[in-house]
Amino acid sequence: MGGNFTKRRDGRTEGKDAEGWQLGKAHRKIDAVDRMRGQLRYADDLKMPGMLHCKIVRSPHPHAKILNIDTDAILRMDGVHGVVTGKDFPTPYGVIPWTPDENALAVDKALHVGDGVAAIAAVSEDVANAAARALNIDYELLPAYFDPEEALVGEQINPYSRKGNLSKKVELEFGEVERELDAAHLVVEDRYFFEGSTHGAIEPHCAVANVEPNGVLTVWSATQVSHYLHRELAKVLDLPANRIRVIQPPLGGAFGGKSEPFDLEFCVAKLALQTGRPVKCLYTREEVFYSHRGRHPMRMDYRTGFDKDGKIVSVDAKTLIDGGAYSSFGLVTTYYSGQLLCAPYDFGAYRFNSKRVTTNKPACGPKRGHGSVQPRFAIECQIDKGAVALGIDPIELRRRNFIGRETQTINEFKIGSNGFLECLDKVEASSNWKERYGKMSFGKGLGVAGSTYISGTNYCIYPNEMPQAAVQISLDRSGRARIFSGANDIGQGSSTMLAVIASEELGLELADIRVVAADSDLCPVDLGAYSSRITLMVGNACVEAAKTLRKTVVKNVAASWEVPPKQVNLVRGMAVDMENPERSISLAEAFVIAETEEGMLSAVGNYGTRSDRHGEYRGGTIGASPAYSFTAHVAEVEVDEETGVVEVTNVWVAHDCGRALSPMIVEGQMEGSVYMGFGEALMEEHTINSEKNGVHNAPSLLDYRMPTFLDTPHIESHIVEEADAQGPYGAKEAGEGPLHPIIPAISNAIYDAVGIRLNKTPFSPPAVLAALAERKEREARGEIPPHKRASTGGQS
Amino acid sequence: MPDALLLHMKVNGEDVEVAAPPHFTLLEVLRYKLDLIGSKQGCDKGDCGACTVQLDGTARLSCLTLAAQADGRKVRTVEGMTAAHLHPLQDCMDKQVAAQCGFCTPGILMAAEAYLTKQARAVSRDEVAEAMAGNLCRCTGYVKIVDAIVEASEIMAAKEQG
Repeated sequence: MGGNFTKRRDGRTEGKDAEGWQLGKAHRKIDAVDRMRGQLRYADDLKMPGMLHCKIVRSPHPHAKILNIDTDAILRMDGVHGVVTGKDFPTPYGVIPWTPDENALAVDKALHVGDGVAAIAAVSEDVANAAARALNIDYELLPAYFDPEEALVGEQINPYSRKGNLSKKVELEFGEVERELDAAHLVVEDRYFFEGSTHGAIEPHCAVANVEPNGVLTVWSATQVSHYLHRELAKVLDLPANRIRVIQPPLGGAFGGKSEPFDLEFCVAKLALQTGRPVKCLYTREEVFYSHRGRHPMRMDYRTGFDKDGKIVSVDAKTLIDGGAYSSFGLVTTYYSGQLLCAPYDFGAYRFNSKRVTTNKPACGPKRGHGSVQPRFAIECQIDKGAVALGIDPIELRRRNFIGRETQTINEFKIGSNGFLECLDKVEASSNWKERYGKMSFGKGLGVAGSTYISGTNYCIYPNEMPQAAVQISLDRSGRARIFSGANDIGQGSSTMLAVIASEELGLELADIRVVAADSDLCPVDLGAYSSRITLMVGNACVEAAKTLRKTVVKNVAASWEVPPKQVNLVRGMAVDMENPERSISLAEAFVIAETEEGMLSAVGNYGTRSDRHGEYRGGTIGASPAYSFTAHVAEVEVDEETGVVEVTNVWVAHDCGRALSPMIVEGQMEGSVYMGFGEALMEEHTINSEKNGVHNAPSLLDYRMPTFLDTPHIESHIVEEADAQGPYGAKEAGEGPLHPIIPAISNAIYDAVGIRLNKTPFSPPAVLAALAERKEREARGEIPPHKRASTGGQS
Repeated sequence: MPDALLLHMKVNGEDVEVAAPPHFTLLEVLRYKLDLIGSKQGCDKGDCGACTVQLDGTARLSCLTLAAQADGRKVRTVEGMTAAHLHPLQDCMDKQVAAQCGFCTPGILMAAEAYLTKQARAVSRDEVAEAMAGNLCRCTGYVKIVDAIVEASEIMAAKEQG
């Protein structure tokens, strides 16, 4: 037991012994030591006899017709065993079943620089690279579109599109938006631009395929959606799904960047089938950047109406989304860009109009906080501007607009628990907001922002009535539990979460629980690690399975002791008679008693989303979730007037995750979220160069600047626990929500510091200097008073 | 140029003789020839630090080090850290939940161990941030890694004195 309890650095002991035996304790992750000893095998660590190495040849052009690929010459090269091209993959696929618009390799034309055109399998990486360089491909160049507005009136890019370059359009209105805006005391109107950014997982994508002796095609892939990969492999390779096995090995980070099939998985599978040998493909870092599927650039035009007390009476949001060459999750992104905005504040009326456009760039997709980080930036800056204009404290204004708990948003999503007010209280107190906001010297400032996020979505990617999650648990006579789950542990700790739940229910030590995850031959189907769904959905399924087994064990032990079942408790590795604590047996003995009576001890649990949590209109299920998390951030910045450099010195983050099953893992998610959003706010830009034929501006970890140890601000996390009836023991999500507010909080803090509004990410030194110069000019013309400088400690 | 070089090095305390193409990096020799898969390839160009190993006790990026440069020298990888017990750095990283996906962790451990061994004292959070700035982690926001390295430095310093 010792290893599971940690005295924190502040002297507080984690855990509430009275409440349970595992829940809320500080847990060591069940597989972390294996990772730290360098022994756990990630995809690229797999090696098989006779294994070939695959290289994908990519288009150097942003839009080009493929005239000829001289594969014969390559096949004659020593050491080359196979070549595939788009002709080998005629069936299009797409992670969203309604938009199958990509082929494993380009069939007739390449749609962006880096689009896969051919794949070669050879005896070594060196030979595969040499063959890739030698492969002759004739292209005919086509006009390329890098700007969404130009693309909308240009020639069709994606051959499968149904509406030219308009990838998706959603327009929904709730209430009388124009009337409420007309009647508003104050209307804040502004344009925002959120630059694209990418995931940057340290592990590049990697996949290995082999046809096993029994004829089953086995694909090991660094994926966070094994099940969707399985489905698309079957479709594209035209194989029955039961002849394919998908295994996700330990994964080196994902953040949404591995949440759909990629070309390498189809290529290694096809080449393994073709050559009869195992085939591996590992992306170079440059290929990871070109594969992308990261945060969409969004241009957002917002009008927000307030009454004189600061109540938000109307919101009008118009959003132009740059999608890149393929749909990816774009249908969902387009909905999310509007649907996820309607909490934690009550909007009197709301309308959004979102358009996603196809361009000749690497496709965008889901990145941590899918589709809702960008609009959150816009609305939280709007609210800050409203607060300043009305002379109301920005935290107070947010409190006045609190939507409440056990309620419904204007777009008809059902909110259960809601700890947002407590989140605001926590960041207000810990940042010493009341004493410091607006009162710090010029150059220093505080900013606040809030947000909400989903704990899984009611909208399953392919329509079906089956459970969204299932878990099977078996107990054996050695006193051990085996949990079989399809859930993808991507580093967020989902396998540990399952072990904690089983441990809580069955009284087993964590060390006596094995989690077998994400192997399609061994585990029940799970939909994957996306939408922050695993703790709530798979967690609920696990609770059900574990409770069933607990009941079986307790019943049989009670019978053998001739006491009522409620007198028997399973805890700390023992079955204990609560009335007679001297009578106890090990769980191994307890399992033997139960197995003797019942046969093999095994149970399943299922989770299906309730069908009454969404809106009754077209699109009303998209973005609706069983439960919502809530977050508030305060950021503290120092802005250097001379250089334009913004330093974020402190971030206070409070997050309502329902019940924190494992608080240190929750904190890790909060810290990682703050870090990732901080990078997007200040330094990260995933852009292509339109002057240089659409090549990526920064396809390396040197040029694409991710924050280092030194860049990252001091982060103070506060967990708020408002248990939700929908979650396992009340738990909601923690992995994505805490990212949202950091970007607007920093923008708002920059305003407090130096009086400039940065409406475009990243907040780079040139942007800061330009805004400062503009403000100075306006001050010189007497249009606005000097910011904070008139008197020391003056309110702006 | 010969097809292969015969290299001799001491890897994690053991004498190793290995033949490798002259252009192979130390990372390639460790991963492909010696099956020491603990050192990870994140970028293959010296930007991320996931491949960090120790060469004669100094942290080095094995993806930018030609294997020939390690000839005749001592190489330490993450696999060499654990003897009978977990290294205090590993134990503290585990306790602080400082590894999420764990892919950067071997490089972090190698860089941190080299740094703490040289310092031979308890170090501050700011010092750790400065020393570790060459290793990227995308999961944790670094908070718990810093916690773990500071805590391990205290344990290691106490052991030195004790």
